[in-house]
Amino acid sequence: MKWPWQLTKEYPPYWEQYESAFAKAEQKPLAETRFVALDTETTGLDIKKDRILSIGAVGLKGNTIAVSDSLELYVAQDHYDSKSTPIHGILKKGKVKKIEEAEAIQQTLAYIGTAIIIGHHIGFDIAVINKMLQRHHLGKLKNKVIDTSTLYKKLQHPVNRMSMQQGYSLDQLSEALKIPLYDRHTASGDAMITALAFIKISKRLKKDGTLKFKELFT
Amino acid sequence: MKNTIAYRIYDFLKQFPPFQFMAKWDLIEICESAEVQYLDKDQVLFKRNTPYNSHFYIVHQGAIKLSRPSNNTDKVVDVCDEGDLLGLRVTKEDSYRTTAIANEETIVYALPMEAFSKLTESNKVISNYLITSFASNIKDPYSLEYSGQLLNEYDRDKSQNIYNISTARFTETVIQNNPKTSIQKAAMQMQKHQIGCLVISKNNKPIGILTNRELRNVIASGEFTAATLVNDVMVSPVICGTPDINVTQAQLILLKHGISHLIITKDGSPQTDIVGILSKHDIVVSFGNSPVGLLKEIKRATRTKHLRHAWDKAMVLLKRYLDQNLPLSEILKIFGELKDALVYQTMQLSLRKMEDAPPVSFAWLALGSQGRKEQLLYTDQDNALIYANSSPENAKEVKQYFLKLANRMNKRLHKIGYDYCPADMMASNPLYCLSLSEWESQFSTWITTPTPENILLSGIFFDYTLMYGDQVLVKKLTDHISQKLENQKVLLRHMAKNALKNLPPVSFFRQFIVEHNGEHKDFFDIKHRAIAPLSDAARVLALGQGILYTKNTAERFEALAQLDTPNRELFENCSYAFKALLKFRTKRGIAQSDSGRFINLEALTKSEKLKLKRCFKPLRDVQEVLRARYQTQHI
Repeated sequence: MKWPWQLTKEYPPYWEQYESAFAKAEQKPLAETRFVALDTETTGLDIKKDRILSIGAVGLKGNTIAVSDSLELYVAQDHYDSKSTPIHGILKKGKVKKIEEAEAIQQTLAYIGTAIIIGHHIGFDIAVINKMLQRHHLGKLKNKVIDTSTLYKKLQHPVNRMSMQQGYSLDQLSEALKIPLYDRHTASGDAMITALAFIKISKRLKKDGTLKFKELFT
Repeated sequence: MKNTIAYRIYDFLKQFPPFQFMAKWDLIEICESAEVQYLDKDQVLFKRNTPYNSHFYIVHQGAIKLSRPSNNTDKVVDVCDEGDLLGLRVTKEDSYRTTAIANEETIVYALPMEAFSKLTESNKVISNYLITSFASNIKDPYSLEYSGQLLNEYDRDKSQNIYNISTARFTETVIQNNPKTSIQKAAMQMQKHQIGCLVISKNNKPIGILTNRELRNVIASGEFTAATLVNDVMVSPVICGTPDINVTQAQLILLKHGISHLIITKDGSPQTDIVGILSKHDIVVSFGNSPVGLLKEIKRATRTKHLRHAWDKAMVLLKRYLDQNLPLSEILKIFGELKDALVYQTMQLSLRKMEDAPPVSFAWLALGSQGRKEQLLYTDQDNALIYANSSPENAKEVKQYFLKLANRMNKRLHKIGYDYCPADMMASNPLYCLSLSEWESQFSTWITTPTPENILLSGIFFDYTLMYGDQVLVKKLTDHISQKLENQKVLLRHMAKNALKNLPPVSFFRQFIVEHNGEHKDFFDIKHRAIAPLSDAARVLALGQGILYTKNTAERFEALAQLDTPNRELFENCSYAFKALLKFRTKRGIAQSDSGRFINLEALTKSEKLKLKRCFKPLRDVQEVLRARYQTQHI
């Protein structure tokens, strides 16, 4: 099947809308900026082959996470690797209501908007999402991205950073930051933990609350 | 759309009241619009007197303290931890009553107030719960204070209470009524008997219980008339226990069911006859060695051993009273009563051991600090015995009898924990076991010939108090002394000089004067430097004003304040300072398990030192008054 914009090299309106929002977006103070903590569950760890099964995200502003500002999608996929099932618990023909990839992309883009994406080892999630966007002949995500695992490293003394080259797993991170672990390995649950981790780390980075944008990204 | 996070919040909330009373879907809907807030330590969630936020809060992790200003400082009124609800607007007020600050790193769930109120309005159970818990926690300061105290007590006395497996004491007269009574009648009955709980029974078998809480709930619901039947509001079925239930067991049952009363039936089931009722209060009493219980125990004692046991318990009670910072004058009164009972009972036991009844009437006197009723801890025993005059031929025999009695008394008191007096100022000393006329001449000698030794003795013997026996003897002696003192002021001058012997306890540089040698080198002698000078001053001034019946130093100063109006403020300050010092000493004494006389200044905090120093100003001033009034520099 061929999409109409394949021929004309035109993007669908929702992508146009997503893309153009960045041009208009102005930078707000940190406390008023919307962040989105995001996590995906996939059929495996191979970016080329594996597919997204579920996307979970929560929005946060300042130190408040609003449950109403959250996203939880289950994506129907033909490719399925039963090896990863014990981790995420999503069955190919499970009871949860699933949607098609195209629909998931639309919802995700509309939800994220121009927010800054936060994730733990977010590089992988971004890569699989971009791969998915590519399959649908769309561009790459344009959002700024913060990885909590590199952010957490900033908390460490330079001497100790050497010994944690591989970075912390989300479990280790939550233990170190005393975040209650619930719903681990569901996209939404991990997104929630990541959101709390982000708040805690940024609080600790600047105890007096004067954290600047550039300090988060460098 | 499935929302895992909202479900998680729902899972958490449903464990706690009032959310557990809510329908699942209602609650999930609220959770979907919830917020999760992270608070750093000391971060403010909301401030007192600011308008209510659109959300109220439930602590998910960590703790939040609620505080309210009181006397220029913020007093923490409550600490909310996991599952506690805060910042909910129940009354019509539109601003927060307290300030909420994170006690540690805290995560709270913020729920929308409006959506929640809508649900609670239609749900009676929830609104009742909220109103009653609000009313019982905040509106009723007594219950707040009381519950706080209970908590503290358990904390403090863990070590002693943990083994409490003695049989619980319960009330045997149970006020009952039948289920067809109206709540008004029931409430009147409870008011009449001054009880907080009414047992509802049929044929002496318990079927329900009505407490203040149920009455409060029914009033809060608004759906009642005076004729509402008890049957409709009482708690049923009832929790019962057996008559041999032990204290810990009873306490656990009360805690487990969250109730305050346990009905005792013959075999512990509701099918048998009621034999009694056990309340939280009974448990507190059995844990806390209440003064009433102790008094009973002392009065019932048949052996010295029992008395010793009771008095040990009294010391535990004393410690708790001091910890709770009760006014010292009250503590002194309570322990004065207990001490009276103790000596009375000891005398009873001693008399029982004597072969004959006393040949003449007699009186047992306590001397010195015990005579002034200022001694809370174990100390030396200072006592004396006075007996009615007898014919000269019997005098020897009578004296022998009373010496024997005094000997028994001193031995018993020693057993209870009061050491023998090293100076032998005890009734068993033939010098201090005298007939009335002998005592009169003894006091006359002291008053007329003020040798240094006599002055020292008079300091102790002028502070006598009747502990047992014939009041008339004591009155006669006091009248005699009063008369002698009228004509002989010289003793008072010498006593005044003696009272000024002890320097003001703070040196020129506002440093404490410490002991320079001996076992207690570098310690501050609070008795010698502060307490004794004050009581010496009080004695001289009181005797000078003809106040002979008041012995207690604080009371002497208060009496002086009434008589000597120009110095009124000074004497009131002295009274206050004396009580503060005595309390300080007693607390130290308990902490160091000695008489508390010597204080290691380094162990004191800055504020304690300041408090101590503040007590010395009235002492300096009252010494100035003595110096001026009795012209002591000319002796």
